[in-house]
Amino acid sequence: MSKQNNFRKQVKSFYSILVVAFVMVLLIGVLGVTYMMDPSAFSSKKDTPNSEVVNVTPDNDDWDKIENGIHLRTGFKDGEGLMTVVNNCTNCHSAQLVIQNRMNEERWIETIRWMQKTQNLWDLGENEKVIVNYLVTNYPPKSKGRREALTNIEWYPLEE
Amino acid sequence: MKRRNFVKKTSLGSLAGILGLEIVFAAKIPENYTPLGLQDPDPFQMFNKDKAMVVLNSKPWNMEAVAHLLDDRITPNKYMFIRNNGLVPENINVNEWTITFDGESVKEKKTFTLEELKSKFTHHTYQLTIECGGNGRSEFDPPAKGNQWTVGAVGCATWTGVRLKDVLKEVGVKDDAVYIGYHAADLHLSRDPNKEPISRGVPISKAMMEETLLAFKMNGEDIPLVHGYPLRLVCGGWPASTSGKWVNRISVRNIVHDGEKMTGTSYKVPCHPVAPGEDVKEEDMCIIESMPVKSLITYPKSGAVIPKGKKLNIRGHAWAGELEISKVSYSIDFGATWSNCILEKPANRLAWQHFKASIDFPKTGYYEVWARATDSNGVSQPMLLPGWNPKGYLNNACHRIAVKVS
Repeated sequence: MSKQNNFRKQVKSFYSILVVAFVMVLLIGVLGVTYMMDPSAFSSKKDTPNSEVVNVTPDNDDWDKIENGIHLRTGFKDGEGLMTVVNNCTNCHSAQLVIQNRMNEERWIETIRWMQKTQNLWDLGENEKVIVNYLVTNYPPKSKGRREALTNIEWYPLEE
Repeated sequence: MKRRNFVKKTSLGSLAGILGLEIVFAAKIPENYTPLGLQDPDPFQMFNKDKAMVVLNSKPWNMEAVAHLLDDRITPNKYMFIRNNGLVPENINVNEWTITFDGESVKEKKTFTLEELKSKFTHHTYQLTIECGGNGRSEFDPPAKGNQWTVGAVGCATWTGVRLKDVLKEVGVKDDAVYIGYHAADLHLSRDPNKEPISRGVPISKAMMEETLLAFKMNGEDIPLVHGYPLRLVCGGWPASTSGKWVNRISVRNIVHDGEKMTGTSYKVPCHPVAPGEDVKEEDMCIIESMPVKSLITYPKSGAVIPKGKKLNIRGHAWAGELEISKVSYSIDFGATWSNCILEKPANRLAWQHFKASIDFPKTGYYEVWARATDSNGVSQPMLLPGWNPKGYLNNACHRIAVKVS
């Protein structure tokens, strides 16, 4: 009898330790995450100049912000099909690889086929039309001739 | 500023989330430091590059120099271009690094540790010019697909290592060997472990050359991680893609190596000249071997304004793949007349050569100084773009800088 009681007591005390431990871990975890997100949260000075930065709200508008016609996060031009391109074309390589190239419809499609054949790109389905249309509209080839003139020269006095 | 801060915070948070663990000492991470595993890191800090280098692509990393940054006689790391096809290997354990020799044409498969390689074979040091096959691609019309390199995907560093031919001799190569192909530790962009980002090679004759190295030092120090630490195959004078980074296996083949980017149209040009934009069949494309004759004016920076009556001193480098440069000329009248530059001999075979000249200008106005190198076979650089090719390789057109005399 007393053995059984004893066992019950032990279980009870173990259970309460477990509860206390769990609450403590949770508390430390929450404090830790809060601190990571906002190191100044525990600082007593509430009027630090940085407080404005800290108050940024993590909403989607900011993540996919477009300024002066440019999708800031990737550098892509804003246009019809932008997010389809962002979501399908920046998983393996950066947007810069797309932006620096200029191709017509046939060659963009050829490039997609090459990526599907050799680079593990998935079937784009209906999105392919949207993507190719975005690319030829925003990044069409530009004629350069056999040699371009030097442009954007930054003149400076040469001191020797 | 706001956005950067936000991105940094959320990515730290989400990294912890994805990995299911907290970043130990997260609070101790210096304010401007972003952990290597995160997006949007500072490549200049991460790779010790000069801020004036130009990033063409962040995934995979591709970065080139501007002409005037390449003024050093030996290219320091901070100005050395980066051309990656895949992701830089993670967690390299140099103590456990090995290199295996296999393939149809080895007498016996053999593996060396890095230490064995260093202690068993004689070390050699050479200055070797390495240029990306696509250097200059941005000028082709119609445009060619890929990283749009301008002029800065070239460098000549000092490489120290053991001769590949010494190691191949120790391994034992059969008479039917025609090619070697490297395999390396970098990851494919899709992170598919069964795919290699790149596995190229050279004919056995190039592999057996004295200057072809399995290098472990660049400019006297451990090779920087992004340039192939701890072991890199260096084939000077050939497309830089043959100088495999992070090499851990070399296959001696009885056929032309058929690894990633050896087949299809990669690093190949039409076997016969084609019209710009022409469709070329795969079987009509030939592998690029030695790089063509080329030069670069590295001083002064384009845009110099000088007073009338003052001489302009120019200097730069010239190189010609497997060949030597026999002459470098300059023109200030768009090629109507040419004058010779003073040309130095190479430090060793496959090292770029330095040239200089002192130029008088007849009157005030706008000038372009064009440089043109000639190789030991008498072949010179074209002033216009050379033959168009579908992938935009081998643009060795003359380099020029703008000068104003006022």
